Parts: sequence; structure tokens; C-alpha cells
Amino acid sequence: MGMTLAEKILSRKAGREVRAGELVVVEVDQVMVVDSIAGSFFKRLAYLEATPRYPERVSIVIDHVAPAANLEVAKAQKEIREWGRKHGIRVFDVGRGVCHQVLIEEGLAQPGWIVVGSDSHSTTYGAVGAFGTGMGATDIALAAASGRTWFRVPESVKVVFRGGLPKGVTAKDAALEMVRLLTAEGATYMAVEIHLQDGAEALGRGERMTLANLTVEAGAKAGLVVPSGEILDLYRVPDWLYPDPDARYVREVEIDLSTLSPRVSVPFYVDNVQEVAAVRGKRVDQVFIGTCTNGRIEDLRAAAEVLKGKKVAPGVRLLVIPASSQVLEEATRDGTLLTLLEAGATIGTPGCGPCMGRHMGVLAPGEVCVSTSNRNFRGRMGAPDAEIYLASPRVAAASAVAGYIATPEDLASLPQEEAHV
Amino acid sequence: MSRVWKFGDHINTDDILPGKYAPFMVGEDRFHTFAFAHLRPEFAKEVKPGDILVFGRNAGLGSSREYAPEALRKLGIQVIIAKSYARIFFRNLVNLGIIPFESEEVVDALEDGDRVELDLETGVLVRGGERFALRPPPPFLLEALREGSLLDYYKKHGRFPGE
Repeated sequence: MGMTLAEKILSRKAGREVRAGELVVVEVDQVMVVDSIAGSFFKRLAYLEATPRYPERVSIVIDHVAPAANLEVAKAQKEIREWGRKHGIRVFDVGRGVCHQVLIEEGLAQPGWIVVGSDSHSTTYGAVGAFGTGMGATDIALAAASGRTWFRVPESVKVVFRGGLPKGVTAKDAALEMVRLLTAEGATYMAVEIHLQDGAEALGRGERMTLANLTVEAGAKAGLVVPSGEILDLYRVPDWLYPDPDARYVREVEIDLSTLSPRVSVPFYVDNVQEVAAVRGKRVDQVFIGTCTNGRIEDLRAAAEVLKGKKVAPGVRLLVIPASSQVLEEATRDGTLLTLLEAGATIGTPGCGPCMGRHMGVLAPGEVCVSTSNRNFRGRMGAPDAEIYLASPRVAAASAVAGYIATPEDLASLPQEEAHV
Repeated sequence: MSRVWKFGDHINTDDILPGKYAPFMVGEDRFHTFAFAHLRPEFAKEVKPGDILVFGRNAGLGSSREYAPEALRKLGIQVIIAKSYARIFFRNLVNLGIIPFESEEVVDALEDGDRVELDLETGVLVRGGERFALRPPPPFLLEALREGSLLDYYKKHGRFPGE
């Protein structure tokens, strides 16, 4: 019987053939720590009386509340910088960007690697064929101290995306459709192995990151995109890094990209995914474009394309937070930023922004936000009764112009004064 | 006697501890007082050490924030019973030394506010005249929990269980 991609990677690391269900202890190639749990990470290392075994394999990213929003955070981030200097650990400081985007840009996630991160969306590294997975502060501290971690080798769900995306439909819509089909617990303890076929190989690295990112919303341990297309040009992909044709899957799901329409995830569960038509017209107070899910240059460009020559509706605030300094630079160079500003967007420091409701766009009671992020849980971005609708950058931008949930295509049918042209 | 605090399916870590109350936002000394601040504001005030949390399916999905279960531990929670667990939350519980029992039947049988007694060694749970059997966690995890937590196990042995 053949092996899945997850079994291949973990077998390679374990130095023996391992199968789903077995427990393995393996070396990790990169340990990623975010600012919000760094204090716990330091405390656990101190308790173990240990320091990172391989300092070059550890990265700390200050992104979850960057720049510091209050004194507690400022103190915590000061400790990160001091600790990093003392132990020779890489620290990506305020403004460099969201952890997952930064690690990908820095080449700190490579095909076949195991990357563990203190953030659940560490599944994002699967976009480049790395076994990326999220863990808590203790697991992360143990991984840093020992250079290893333990896993139960996961079963895999195979998700095949076929064909090309219709105009106006994005990888985010495909990712939301995947979560709807799998459900919020459909891939718990499992790897989601993503196969791009019959034209879907054309999806770029950023789009693959969006797909891999959202696999955790189906409970996945890892979201592994089988390397193809652009990934083969950007990386040295080892020839063993492919699943066997006769690998065993718990379940196989097919999504024909050419049949998709724009999707939106409706509060308060990510798998509550509907077509935009189902919630079209819902009044909007805030629109947030950014995060590890959709804060990349192609996302900002997609938003700019919709916003060009238009204005954000009165009473709506449009927050754009590039996923990294590199994204911000590129958006500045190519004019995307100016288009966004002219439309009435405000730009925030690259990082996580208001995604988890700590700063830079917290929602008041009763407010409605269309967000390109990844979670719409109750109270996630502020008040417990505030509503978060997850959508693509195109739908987010169109909703900002309309003042209610809409697609760019809906804008054409708006009366002139209503479209704020 | 332990009081049962029963919650539903798909309780996420934002429900258990909203992001704005993370220790690095409000301080190490008081973050636990915000446990279930949105969902059940009276919880942190009324919970007693030794009380038992009961969840439905997919308990603890979402953010990897270990400070969510850490807040529960600080409030004296040593045991959680759920129908099923989200993966990162399950690991975090073991790492913190909170015992994660899994049982559809027991979760369905228990009601919020029940008074129960649980023998951690045998997994026997008693409510009035009724007895329920909880299956102990897998050996790998039990080995870690016997030392207190996985962190304690590694500190003592310098390796992971079974390594």
C-alpha cells in the first residue's frame, strides 16, 4: 500500500517507514514563536532549564499586537528583543509582518520540512510542501529545547481541486468551499492533502497559502499542497515529496473550481459557508483586508481593481493591513497603495491587525465586519454580538463601496449616487 | 464533590478565553479571571477547584492559545470530559496536566450543575446512585500525565515518552 504525503514526510524524518496511527518523535526544521505567547515560551524553557538546542531553527515574530497596544504588551515585546539578543535567536520586529507570510518570504519553510508554530494557522506552510502545524506554548518550548516533537502520524483526507477559477472567483472562495464540505471537525487529527489538477496547478504560492491556511478550520493537523506549478520554479522540491498513487485516504473530496461562485462564511462558525447571494444587502460597518489568509500583494491588487475610481461608502471604514513589509513595499511601488488610499482605505502596520480583536479595528456591539481573515467566532474581533463575515478581498472591497455585502458585479447595478462613484 | 459545568459542541478557544484577555494583554496575574467572559461571565467567579468541565464535540477548536486551558487550570480545573477534542487543544491539555477524558455517553448523561465524584485512577464517575466508566487516555499520554505533565516528563527524563 502506498503512502500519503504526510506519511512520506514523517517517515523521512523518523528514518523508518511510519503509517497513520503510529506515534513518532521527529526533528523539526523550524520552530516559530509569536509575540502573544513568547512570555509563556520563555517561562517553560526556564522551567526546563534549557535554551534552544538549535538557535538557527527558531524564529520569533512580533505580529499579533504590533506595534504594542498597551504597557503589558510593550513589556512583553521588550523581553522578546532582549531574550533574542541574549540567545542569538532571530526576531522579526514590529512591521515585518504576519508570522506565516514572513517565514515563507524568508525561506524558513521549505518543501519536506517540518515547521511547528505557536499559531494554529501554521498549516499555511503546506503551501510549499512543508509539514506545518500549530501547537501551544509548551509543545513549542519542548520543540525548541529538544529540537524534536512528537506526532501521531495523521490519516489524510484528499481534496482535489480541478479546473480553473471563473473570473471574479478566488482561492479564498475555493478554500471556504473546502471548509464547508469538510466541516469544522471533518479533518480533526488528519492531514488535508490538496491536489491541484486539470488547470488548478496554475494557482500561485499565495493562493496555495490561502488554501493551506484554512485547512485548520476543518480541524486539520497539516494542509499539504502537493507541489506543482510555480512551486517547482521557486523551490528545490525533493523527488520523494509526492504521495503514492495508491496511498490510502480516509475520504476523497473533489471541487471543480470552474463551477464556484463567490462565497462568504457567516457568523459564528467558519464552516457556515454560503453563496454571497444569501447575505447580499447585509449592512456593513467595517471592512478588513489583510491577515495570513488574504493580506498578500495579489489580494491587495484584487481589492484595488474593485476600488479603482470608486469611494468607500459613507459610514464604512476600510482597513487594509498588508501581510508583510515586502507586500507593503510592492503595493507602494506598483501604485496599488495609492488606489486604495484614493478610495478611502486606511493602511495599518503589517501584522495580524484586528483579526483576534486586540487592537487596530476592534468591533463595537452590534457592528458588522466583512473580513478577509479566517475566523468569525463569537467575540473574535471585539463585542460578543458583533458579526464577522469572511470573504475574499474582492467581495470585501465591493462591500466597502456598497456599504453592504456585495460582489464587484453588484456594484455595476447600483445607482450612481449609491455607488459613490 | 465536583460541580459539572456543561457546555455545548464546538466551544472554541476564543470562547474559553477571548483574545483581548491574553496574559500578555492583561497580565499573568489576572487573565484567568476572564475565562468564558463572553459565553458565561459568572463562570470564573463561581467555579471551584476540582470542578469538572464537560464539552460536546470538537472541544477547543480554533486558536492554539495555550493560555485558554491554562486559565482553566489556574481556576483549578483538572479534568475535562468531551465527546471529541480539537487537536491542538488536546495536546495543550496534556501538556498542562489537565486530563482529557472522551465519552459520548457520559457527556450526554451529565447535566450542568450536577454534583459528581470522579476517581482519577480508575476513571469511575459517580452521580448519586449512578456509576459511569471513563476510558483512561492512551498510554503515551498517561505516562506523561503520571509525571504531572509532558513538560514535567521531559524535564525529568530528557526525552519524550516511548522515545
